[in-house]
Amino acid sequence: MSNQYKLIRCTINGKTVERMVDVRASLTDMLRNDFRLTSVKKGCEVGECGACNVLINGECFNSCLYLAAWADGKNIRTAEDLMAPDGELADIQQAFIDEAAIQCGFCTPGFLMTAVEILESGKEYTDEELRKLLSGHLCRCTGYENILRAVKKTMLRRLGKV
Amino acid sequence: MYDLKALYEAQSVQDAVRLRLEHPQAQILAGGTDVLVQMREGKRAGKELISIYGIDALRGVALEEDGTIRIGSLTSFSHITKDPIIQKYINVLGEAVDMVGGPQIRNAGTIGGNTCNGVTSADSASTLFAWDAVVELTGGNGVRKLPIQDFYISAGKVDIRPDEIQTAVLIPKASYESCFGHYIKYAMRNAMDIATTGCSVNVVLSEDKKSIVRARIAYGVAGPIPLRCSHAEAAAQGRSLTEETAEAFSSAVLEDIHPRDSWRASKAFREHIAVELAKRGLKESIRLAGGELA
Repeated sequence: MSNQYKLIRCTINGKTVERMVDVRASLTDMLRNDFRLTSVKKGCEVGECGACNVLINGECFNSCLYLAAWADGKNIRTAEDLMAPDGELADIQQAFIDEAAIQCGFCTPGFLMTAVEILESGKEYTDEELRKLLSGHLCRCTGYENILRAVKKTMLRRLGKV
Repeated sequence: MYDLKALYEAQSVQDAVRLRLEHPQAQILAGGTDVLVQMREGKRAGKELISIYGIDALRGVALEEDGTIRIGSLTSFSHITKDPIIQKYINVLGEAVDMVGGPQIRNAGTIGGNTCNGVTSADSASTLFAWDAVVELTGGNGVRKLPIQDFYISAGKVDIRPDEIQTAVLIPKASYESCFGHYIKYAMRNAMDIATTGCSVNVVLSEDKKSIVRARIAYGVAGPIPLRCSHAEAAAQGRSLTEETAEAFSSAVLEDIHPRDSWRASKAFREHIAVELAKRGLKESIRLAGGELA
């Protein structure tokens, strides 16, 4: 079979884009290779580590288990979208720095996008619920506690509780 | 890049039926959380795929006129958990699928994929067995409905004909009315793990909340496919809400299940936890139904 391509049109970090994609490509492949969005990491590539996590229509997906062909018509957001145009970090990014929730940084973009989904729900979660919501990511440096603290702090701030 | 030979994207159920007939060797692809992993691992490398993921008509939960709960096969686990109809009538299903993998997997994985895989450890399967779910399949000759117990044939094999795709999972009204249930997943980790054993129990209590009118129990990973426990169910039917009833119910489970030794757990251990899970599941179901153990 000769190579098969599909024309897709989608929104990536607020911009409408159009691309011919190889149907064999994962969304990770597309975001990294076609759009140079390298915050989307290639980790396990089987949906276990969460390093490739992105938001699709407001929900988190491991982009390694998502066909680039499925991106047609979708609204996709990566960690590159969080920073303001003037380079200012988003509150959740600053909280990760303040709480030392980063060491090597490989898992961070994935965690950040899950945090975005949590924060945008506008709900207040208990620590136990937050742990469960963050459980789709592996971090081999921080031991998770600092990440939990960063997300919790930002959640409470946005809800006006601190 | 995935090692796939060709991708066919179905735009509608009819389109999927046509593609199934045109490409008999192709594998159906729904949420991708199993099939794409197997492709990466080489197990399904080089295969053709029919993606049905784009058929939005197969998403969502609805209440039909006769009271049947209709869950579209492509409804994701997280959408099932959040759905108000599920929460009101069969909350245990929402709780069960909230234990699959991790959050991202639950946004991608679908109930149709979970059942069509035919694996015994599927977190939705034991609850669907315990609630007498009906599987709806659509093919060239129309719609076929069959009880989930008949849908599962053997490990990894389900009854889908060459021109069919699964289009819905149905819960009949007679099954969920006045019924309360509880699912317990026993696994080594809280997230991203496969059940060592999964047990789903539900009960209907008498009006005075003193006895069990109907108890149903099903397991995942207690045999090659999910299974119901008729001995245990008979042992509880009509009985009063006592510790003895819970004992009789849970010990009868051993007449129904046949777990195996695997690297995950031994047969003896699985039997041990199966009895304990049955007991806890029954007690919690009774509590949810408003009963109290005497």
